[in-house]
Amino acid sequence: MNTDLSIEDITKGLAEKRFSARELAKEFLDVAKKKDKDIHAFLNFTEDRALNQAEEIDKKISRGEKLGFLAGVPCSVKDAILVEGAPCTAGSKALEYYIAPYDATVVTKIKDAGAVIIGKTNMDEFGMGASTENSAFGPTKNPHDLTRVSGGSGGGASASVAAGECVIGLGEDTGGSIRLPSSFCGVVGLKPTYGAVSRNGVIALASSLDQVGPVAKTVKDAEILFNVIRGKDELDSTSVDYEIQDTKYKIQDLRIGVPKEYFSKGLDVEVEKIVRNAIEKFEYAGAKIQEMELPHTQYALAAYYIINTSEASANLARYDGMRYGLSVQEGSFLLDAYLDSRGGGLGTEVKRRIILGTYALSAGYYEAYYNKAQKVRTLLKQDFEKAFEKVDIIVGPVSPFLPFKIGERITDPLQMYLVDIYTVPVNLAGLPALSIPAGKVGDLPVGLHMIAPAFEEQRLFETGKLFEQL
Amino acid sequence: MISKEEVQHIAQLARIRVDEKDVEKLQKNLSEILDYFNVLGEVDVSRVEPMTHSIALQNVSREDVARSKDLTLTQKLIDMFPAIREGFLKVKAIFSR
Repeated sequence: MNTDLSIEDITKGLAEKRFSARELAKEFLDVAKKKDKDIHAFLNFTEDRALNQAEEIDKKISRGEKLGFLAGVPCSVKDAILVEGAPCTAGSKALEYYIAPYDATVVTKIKDAGAVIIGKTNMDEFGMGASTENSAFGPTKNPHDLTRVSGGSGGGASASVAAGECVIGLGEDTGGSIRLPSSFCGVVGLKPTYGAVSRNGVIALASSLDQVGPVAKTVKDAEILFNVIRGKDELDSTSVDYEIQDTKYKIQDLRIGVPKEYFSKGLDVEVEKIVRNAIEKFEYAGAKIQEMELPHTQYALAAYYIINTSEASANLARYDGMRYGLSVQEGSFLLDAYLDSRGGGLGTEVKRRIILGTYALSAGYYEAYYNKAQKVRTLLKQDFEKAFEKVDIIVGPVSPFLPFKIGERITDPLQMYLVDIYTVPVNLAGLPALSIPAGKVGDLPVGLHMIAPAFEEQRLFETGKLFEQL
Repeated sequence: MISKEEVQHIAQLARIRVDEKDVEKLQKNLSEILDYFNVLGEVDVSRVEPMTHSIALQNVSREDVARSKDLTLTQKLIDMFPAIREGFLKVKAIFSR
């Protein structure tokens, strides 16, 4: 059986009885386990649960019951999202033996829609990284070139979809963790508007930035998954409900903004060529292309890393070895237990960011770092608001580089941070953005980044679907 | 350049045990990253309000009632405690005698 299937293929296949949900789940699990010996997209498989879920779908079919939008669809879940009864490590030794005691709201939603969860995907520890090399359990390799990284932090989510190990994946994006690996692996990834999707049951990195979103092979599948998971949740007070604008866009009416700051020095020439080519395709099809400015772009990365590390230092205070997770109790005093549990359980990059964030928030530095960054953030948001008065959508590269070699950037933290340069402004401004395959350099995929105003996911889906046809 | 003593002090505040080798590496990395952060000095923010969240929600509240009566979840959480006595979380001493 071919595992290159869309949600629609599966819905039809089940209806026409070409395969059962159980057969499908078994096939995907077999393929995934085989391919994962090389790729390492998964940290663990949830085989028994997947087969049980699939059998439930088959029973519903035989009883003639109505099926959910994701019925029988093999799905991966990033290991920062809790799936009851399955390990949830967030890529950290600190949570190596942690078993999730309940389902995240998004997991309840995809289960209710009939999705078959086949396993938990690899990630940089607690989402800190752009290559999955910071996973305590080893990197996820790029399915298109096993010597290269899959991107991060959600390299496992994107690689699992790209390799046909599952059909869709749930990811989580703080500064590019869905879009960057989706660009590197040649799949579609959406970072929704801040607040669009509940974060209850999701392991937090930076709470003013984090957002759960879909990874898929097509825009249509990403749209279906997004519509299943979105909406207000009583258990996440930052979540919101909003009307989806069901507008059909004609390409002739589209005004596409191209910020000059997204094509400045540092951008790989081969990546630029593909992105420029994608823009030309839009223009050729009749869209209006407008050069524009986002003047504070050059400050986004510094502001982002101050906010990310500050919020992470507070969020990760909970991993103190007291209630769950790795606990080292060899010393005589409580303070020793804290120092040893955190010192022993957390990886290099995580410690670095916690210490950096603690510094940025400490007395005397708060104004100069965190508060300043939050003000720069206001300016970045205003840049986008002004831009969207004149254009409908903003496009550019997702990453300045092609997928790089494993080991190439890991020794220098700043070199790794630079990978995020085009993705972080979107999180700071809380906007939705899509990464969509735009072409390849040799075997290596390049993604096109599309950014829309807040709550305009539908505009991204419609434009994305138009682009897929070009 | 951030000093070794500062790194050690901040690590202690963050409750992370670091050894001499860690401190040296952190001193170098943190100094480079903090230098990079200085680029924000170029931006005039004198009349700009800080942004805390990207959507302007205010005073999200709910009735103060217990939501879960499910004791199996409570038991699962308790079972994860690394040290336990009579159903309570057991921790090490805070003060020396």
